[in-house]
Amino acid sequence: MERWQRVMERQGNAPPDDIPIVLAREGHHGPVIHATNRAARMNGINPGSRVVDMRAICPELQVEYADPAGDRAALDRLVLWARRWCPWTVRDGEDGLILDTTGSDHLMGGEAAMLVEMEAQLSLLGLSAQLAVAPTWGAAWALARFGPVRSVCGLDEVGVKLGALPVTGLRLDGETVLLLRRLGLKTIGAVMDVPRLSLTRRFVKAGLEANPLMRLDQALGKLAEPVASVDAKPRFRVQSRLAEPIFDPTPYLPELCENLCEALKQAGQGCRRLQLTVYRTDGDVSHVDVATSATTCDPTHLHGLFRDKVERINPGFGFDLITLEAGSVEEMQARQNRLDGGADDDLHLTRLVDRLSAKFGPRAVTRPVLRESHIPERAEGQVAALAALAGTGAAVMKERPLRLFDHPEEVRVLYAVPEGPPAQFVWRRQTHRVARYAGPERIAPEWWKDRPGTRLRDYFKVEDQAGRRIWLYREGLHEDGRGGDPRWFVHGCFA
Amino acid sequence: MGSLRVQQRLAGQADRPGPMTHTLSEAFLPTATDAAAVGFVLARLPRTTAPILWVQDRLSRKEAGRPYLAGIGADRPLIMVDLSRAADVLWAMEDGLRCKALGGVIGEVWGDPPGLDFTATKRLAMRAEAADVPCWLIRRAASPDLSAARERWRIASLPAAPHPHDAQAPGLPRWSLDLFRSRRRALGQWVATYDGSTDRLDLAAPIRNGALATGDGAAGQRAAG
Repeated sequence: MERWQRVMERQGNAPPDDIPIVLAREGHHGPVIHATNRAARMNGINPGSRVVDMRAICPELQVEYADPAGDRAALDRLVLWARRWCPWTVRDGEDGLILDTTGSDHLMGGEAAMLVEMEAQLSLLGLSAQLAVAPTWGAAWALARFGPVRSVCGLDEVGVKLGALPVTGLRLDGETVLLLRRLGLKTIGAVMDVPRLSLTRRFVKAGLEANPLMRLDQALGKLAEPVASVDAKPRFRVQSRLAEPIFDPTPYLPELCENLCEALKQAGQGCRRLQLTVYRTDGDVSHVDVATSATTCDPTHLHGLFRDKVERINPGFGFDLITLEAGSVEEMQARQNRLDGGADDDLHLTRLVDRLSAKFGPRAVTRPVLRESHIPERAEGQVAALAALAGTGAAVMKERPLRLFDHPEEVRVLYAVPEGPPAQFVWRRQTHRVARYAGPERIAPEWWKDRPGTRLRDYFKVEDQAGRRIWLYREGLHEDGRGGDPRWFVHGCFA
Repeated sequence: MGSLRVQQRLAGQADRPGPMTHTLSEAFLPTATDAAAVGFVLARLPRTTAPILWVQDRLSRKEAGRPYLAGIGADRPLIMVDLSRAADVLWAMEDGLRCKALGGVIGEVWGDPPGLDFTATKRLAMRAEAADVPCWLIRRAASPDLSAARERWRIASLPAAPHPHDAQAPGLPRWSLDLFRSRRRALGQWVATYDGSTDRLDLAAPIRNGALATGDGAAGQRAAG
């Protein structure tokens, strides 16, 4: 909700605070409410209820759609941002962060002071947070959501502090919570008081999500639940600072490429994208991108890709800082497939594709692949040669021409019989007399893709008087009720 | 009737050093939409799974269509490069000939652009010989001017061979080949019949009249080199 608020403020059309606004997501029976703002909460609107019901309660309700994927991505970024307090952070579900602050709280002056600091920093980002410190993941989860504000819980008081909280704090799924409520166990303390044996008997087959006993053990620290931190990807970037502004970065490129590739090699990585950025003295920035079809860390190859592109940089009044950054960094293992140290063929080929794509643009270099379709123009797809090759479709059994026209060319025909091939046709202002023909091969429209009025095609391989073999088709039939007389097109040429 | 299996001869070439390395050849077409030259070039390329770099300029693509993978056969991967200027086509072909992993480089150039002169073709020919990659220039609406191509062909379609099962259908394709400039072999004119299923190209001298028909075999043998 607050992320949405920030976005709207940035766009300049943030609504005033007193209008109730909710974010909705798709539920089983229409949209349900995902998050609410303060005004909506005051009107008694709760997350999880249906939008139509809440409209009845509060007619002036404004509904926007939530963006869960964006929320998750923002939270992932926040995980790395939270490394300012401790080195070990991880995302917890859809709406939480877990920070392992063991040994780092004294840097902020104790745990309580650390929580105040965190809340202040997060509020500077425009986010509100509920914070708690506890010895285990489970206890911290429960205390942050259901406990007092900024509660700090020592190792020996976990049981006492958790006892008063509702069973929802055990991170159980909805059915188990309902079951525990029906059993009369409303607080975590009540669950703790039940003899362990009877609970074990009841939940012996339940998984972790539905097992209150295991969740309780996790919260009390009897069952280990380690925090697996994610690694921030290192950025590979080199720069060269110049004493005075220059206009042409070419003399600096080989050294930059070498330094970058050295850094990549030491990390065992390769890159698929490179960005050359120049920082101009007039405060502007311009950049050039190149891409490769396979991960590489070869400085001469990368330098060669910039060959003609550097001229496109607009130097303005000159620039005094050049940076080269590697993008799409992937792990790469150097391979040697011949004992005599010769380079392998695949490598040459990917480099050729890189050079051609860098010069003519990635859309000019394509790789045709077969697709599953009977319509001739759909049986062949173009994929960028830079992209990885997907699985190809089945091979065509019928005879197909060597050349295909991008747009079939209409011809005027002279019929011998209405259903057969033409006796002669005029194509590109030349009259071709049909000497021999093979066909027809009927190809019906693909009704799941085509518009309803699409007509079928009858393909003929015809040979004219000079011996040229042409692929003709008639679109539609006489009296098929889909337009007037059928039209004829040339679609390809046989060898 | 002289017959030969082109791909066997081409496969044997790689072992023999000397003048029979792959090189630059040119194919001229009397009519632009004729696909005979494409069929002949594909039949002459060694049958491997190495990809073919196919460079087309805009007019060739518009006037004569693009190569169709379903007709060529999916076992032979293509890398298509669609460019607008003939100078770019030559640049891309030359760059492709630096790569020995290719099974062939085919360029289609429309007309007689000023960039396609003796120097440009000589560069292509020397690069093709250095990399031992066959390189073909398919020229449409062009006049055979000065060129360094080691072989220059004029190729047109002929009425097909009779179909074995269907009297009114065209059978195996036939082409008239005219080798009008060559460094390595005797010039000549042939009628070629190509069988795609077995990849077999049969050459026969054209029968001009009955008296000359006895010399056919010799002409075909000479073509084998």
